[in-house]
Amino acid sequence: MSIEVSNIHKTFGHFQALRDVSLEIPSGELVALLGPSGSGKTTLLRIISGLEMPDSGTVRFNGVDTTDRHVRERQVGFVFQHYALFRHMTVFDNVSFGLRVKPRKVRPARAEIRDRVMGLLRLVQLEGLADRYPSQLSGGQRQRIALARALAVEPQILLLDEPFGALDARVRAELRRWLRRLHDEIHVTSVFVTHDQEEALELADRVVVMNEGRIEQAGSPEEVYEHPANPFILNFLGNVNLFRGRVHKGLARLGGMELSAPEHAAADDAPAVGYVRSHDIALERRPSDGASLEALIRDIHAVGPSVRVTVVLNGYGGAVEAELTRDVFETLALKKGDAVFVRPRNVRVFVEDYQI
Amino acid sequence: MTMTAHDVNRRGSVRDPKRDLTEPAPVRWLLTAVSLSFLGLFIVLPLAAVFSQALEKGTALYWEALREQDALDAIRLTLWTAAVSVPLNMIFGLAAAWAVTKFRFRGKNLLITLIDLPFSVSPVISGLIFVLLFGLQGWMGEWLDASGIRIIFAVPGIVLATVFVTFPFVARQLIPLMEAQGRDEEEAALVLGAGGLQTFLKVTLPNVRWALLYGVILCNARAMGEFGAVSVVSGHIRGATNTIPLHVEILYNEYNFTAAFAVASLLALLALVTLALKSFFEWKLREQLLRGNSEAHP
Repeated sequence: MSIEVSNIHKTFGHFQALRDVSLEIPSGELVALLGPSGSGKTTLLRIISGLEMPDSGTVRFNGVDTTDRHVRERQVGFVFQHYALFRHMTVFDNVSFGLRVKPRKVRPARAEIRDRVMGLLRLVQLEGLADRYPSQLSGGQRQRIALARALAVEPQILLLDEPFGALDARVRAELRRWLRRLHDEIHVTSVFVTHDQEEALELADRVVVMNEGRIEQAGSPEEVYEHPANPFILNFLGNVNLFRGRVHKGLARLGGMELSAPEHAAADDAPAVGYVRSHDIALERRPSDGASLEALIRDIHAVGPSVRVTVVLNGYGGAVEAELTRDVFETLALKKGDAVFVRPRNVRVFVEDYQI
Repeated sequence: MTMTAHDVNRRGSVRDPKRDLTEPAPVRWLLTAVSLSFLGLFIVLPLAAVFSQALEKGTALYWEALREQDALDAIRLTLWTAAVSVPLNMIFGLAAAWAVTKFRFRGKNLLITLIDLPFSVSPVISGLIFVLLFGLQGWMGEWLDASGIRIIFAVPGIVLATVFVTFPFVARQLIPLMEAQGRDEEEAALVLGAGGLQTFLKVTLPNVRWALLYGVILCNARAMGEFGAVSVVSGHIRGATNTIPLHVEILYNEYNFTAAFAVASLLALLALVTLALKSFFEWKLREQLLRGNSEAHP
């Protein structure tokens, strides 16, 4: 089922949670709402579910206006951030709840409920735990039970609020892959909220980046990562270095380097910032061309698969962080205090009317 | 770890880290002795006195004092009052706690303060309020008199005063628990298609049942034992508007000590039963809170 959200506004007291948000989610997609806390992503999710009402704007499922339909009748599955399992019920009763509260006429027979629940517990790989209480489960198990409970009513749409937020890193990575496989299997339109860019980029078909109640950009993970629409997204999706300077008629002078910026051909000596991701900063012993900048190594952080090197640019004075692979790092044999040359690649120039 | 190592270096001997955190032995003994003697002096001794006085002249007289018509009437009225006011306050407490914890609205803090009002007002004043409202000289006195409705010096007045005095008990027990539990489970039930009543019966009520029973038992104890407010509105009419505490007072004022203590022993017994039930519910509640906490912080 497709979801169409148009011109949603929502305020809580004096806080404007959503400002004119419009979004289309095609049927069967797995979409991530990504943003820092307070960006309105959870509010948007709750408005789609019907747990929150928008001040204005509409929500449509498959083209049908559901804005005024009660949450009970929207047929959505919702997985809460802290799971919200019924603490006084067993796992079985939790998962079967949505079936047991159906009106008598449409309620499945007891045996059928049993089969459905057991099938779902198999799906989430927790068949043996039907008689346990939530307090007896680990965080990852509770998360999967919450998911099974949401799926029991065969929702047309699955909504997940920070589904992995409360789990430790290893369980989180595992559950993430598992959720992706599950989605590929059952193919229900799913929206999840996260503040973890890695999670969003790895898991989702489409990433919707939000900030201060607005959608900054929506697109495939590659699109959002490779072609960020503005500095906020660039900054949010990974470590970036800033080179300040000016741009004039398509030519940018930023912190000692000179490069062409054809998209700013109309700029007239405007202040600009060049953004370079730390893995797009190359370090070299000898300058390979005129664009290389002289620098001194201030710090080396060599833990994990890549090495982070902080250098200070001569003359310009700013610190730049470079992320190198171990191979490159070892070939260059870098030490603290060494003089090196910095060559930024993929510089994205934004005229400075948009501040982070 | 580093702390212990540090101590070893400085003092040359390993110290028990736990000992630093408790008081010296004489202080601990003193504190225990003070609290035990207080308990003995003000709780155990009077309780024992009630029963010994009641049974001083033999069990026959004890039973007689309880079977006397006025005593039976007082017991009946007390039970009747509790039977009306406890369910009323249970409903009110649930509604108030629900409103306070599950909704956002203006004047919420004022409502919480008002719920506590009967705790901060002297019971005698509580009784007087109703006399001022419904008494012959009161605001509605003339109209009530003309309509032939008797509230003051009658059973309705007693019930009203009791409801007023006991209404914080249930709400006070429920509000902190429901606050801690939040709205997540109710929302989960709604999303799963449950109606309002289903959500209340299957999710909210089971989650607060021990706190609710705890509040009800305290409410009941107070409803049966209330003296001040009831005394003001009752008029002490034997066989008609006397509750157990009022009956005890009358017997005592008539120097009928054995009977007074016999009837008082009923209230003492009620207190003991209340205490036992209260401990049980408290234990259940703590168990539930612990479980709830482990759920919130996995």
